[in-house]
Amino acid sequence: MSASAKLASMKPPGLFVYAILYLAFLYVPVLFLPLFSFNDSAFVSFPLAGFTLRWYRAMLADGALGEALANSLKVGAVAAISATLLGLAAARALTRYRLKGTSTVLGFVSLPLFIPDIVLGISLLILVNALSTPLSLSSVIFGHIVLCVPFALAVLLSRLEGFDPSLEEASRDLGETAWMTFLRVTLPLALPGIVASLLLAFIVSFDEFLIAYFLAGTDATLPIYIWGELRFPAKLPIVLALGAAILVVTCLLVLVAEWLRNLGRARTTPLAVGA
Amino acid sequence: MNAFLEIRDVSKRFGAVTALSDVRLAIARAEFFSLLGPSGCGKTTLLRTIAGFEQPDEGTIFIDGADVTAMPPERRPTNMVFQSYAIFPHLNVFDNIAYGLRRLRLERAELERRVSEALAMVRLDGYGGRRSDTLSGGQRQRVALARALVRRPKVLLLDEPLGALDRRLREAMQRELRELQRNLGITFVLVTHDQEEALSMSDRIAVMSEGRVLQVDSPRALYERPASRIVAEFIGTMNLLEATVTEGAGSDAVCNVPGLGAIVVKDCALAAGERATLAIRPERLVISDGGRTSGTIVSSTYLGGRTHLLIALEGNGQPVAATIDSASGAGASPGARIKLDWEPDAFIALPD
Repeated sequence: MSASAKLASMKPPGLFVYAILYLAFLYVPVLFLPLFSFNDSAFVSFPLAGFTLRWYRAMLADGALGEALANSLKVGAVAAISATLLGLAAARALTRYRLKGTSTVLGFVSLPLFIPDIVLGISLLILVNALSTPLSLSSVIFGHIVLCVPFALAVLLSRLEGFDPSLEEASRDLGETAWMTFLRVTLPLALPGIVASLLLAFIVSFDEFLIAYFLAGTDATLPIYIWGELRFPAKLPIVLALGAAILVVTCLLVLVAEWLRNLGRARTTPLAVGA
Repeated sequence: MNAFLEIRDVSKRFGAVTALSDVRLAIARAEFFSLLGPSGCGKTTLLRTIAGFEQPDEGTIFIDGADVTAMPPERRPTNMVFQSYAIFPHLNVFDNIAYGLRRLRLERAELERRVSEALAMVRLDGYGGRRSDTLSGGQRQRVALARALVRRPKVLLLDEPLGALDRRLREAMQRELRELQRNLGITFVLVTHDQEEALSMSDRIAVMSEGRVLQVDSPRALYERPASRIVAEFIGTMNLLEATVTEGAGSDAVCNVPGLGAIVVKDCALAAGERATLAIRPERLVISDGGRTSGTIVSSTYLGGRTHLLIALEGNGQPVAATIDSASGAGASPGARIKLDWEPDAFIALPD
């Protein structure tokens, strides 16, 4: 306590102002989205013209938008589930077996995090063309799984590293097979991590544009649809309404993911052993 | 001896490290057996090999006449109390203990009866509904014990189960474990690096070092007649003195120790002219006016009931340790000249 108090008293002056400016820079532009989505004017400019819900009504009435949203949900769900399953298998292998070259494997799996999406998008496009498969939502899903696995692995790895490997041994010792041990011990203990991984991978896929742009055929995902709509100034407020709605849902998802992560952490943190 | 748990020529390597080297042990039914040694001596690897978590590179393991070497841990008639206790954090006490009974498909009433029996055995009656993260260290230890014993194993394996407990609790648990083992008649194999723990609880102890079993004996025999320097130095304190054999007569030998004179050592095969190491426990050296040798007290450490002395001998550069009754050693302060004596059988000879 006293150490942290000392640190706090040592902080340079002006840091508070900097923090406020930083947060303002980050969030004020985002706040324009909901603000103008309720503005009763086709032009996105001040002064505000009055309150309206018509952009939201127009959004709900737009069939192409609904289709794009459905596509994005489909792609996101399949990519998130696939990436989490692959990530879980990899995380288990990396944490539970004495493998050679663990860090090399980890490096290669994480590489998509560092490769620019545009490079990844083009190379995946070349691959899909080389396999002479038509571009479709499936190719987008494929690209998104590649993109999401490193995120899933990072979340699940920290989760599996966090719990005592002798818990799994204890289960075997008490008569359960490797498979039943996975179901009765590993899965319940990894569950918060699995849910967090699903949510994170879903969000990554849901707002991904570049790879989807390269790999989508005629079926647009939501970001591609929004990009297309931006050409029509009159439709901008509808996009803003959509953006505001996505913002709210995304915030909720992130909050749920964080809450689950903390819930899991509190549960498996080893207690101080003592009388 | 009729071996209930037999380890036959077991070897295990991890890469370049030899964890177990030709280990041979025969443990009797209902014996309390300890594996004692410093960390890294292979005792935990041996325990994990018995449990089935490690596969030996060579050798066989028999339990109650059956070869279990190739069996996975879930099919072995053993259960383990882990060093970390490995209490399942997502289950309460009842479900932790019932975990290993699922495959028996017991009726609910029978299941409850067995779990509460196990809880009573470790004196945790009524704790079934408790969440596992609300338990103290001692309670976690008891839950781990109950969870293992409820399966009625043929052999219970304990991996340093008392290491994390404070001293008072540890001593109470030592007594309790010993009592439990006697009442249940189950073979216990305990891994520990704590020699006092091993001495106070075990029927027999195997002292291990660098993957090998150095000596298997009862606590008394290990303490009084260690077979090697390593064992002598690992268990308790031992004074080691260089000596020359002057007379080798059958099973006895007369050795000359500088400063102490001629000492008769029983049951050793030494020939005249050989060099030998003689060993004596600090409490077997007594201060007495009629003592055979004299020395000066270098330091004196008061330990309550006993006082620990370091004594410089006249005519021998090697100081010796002596433990005396504090009540009797009133005059034993540093600098004092004293006379030392010992009983005829107090010295033993150790091979170099």
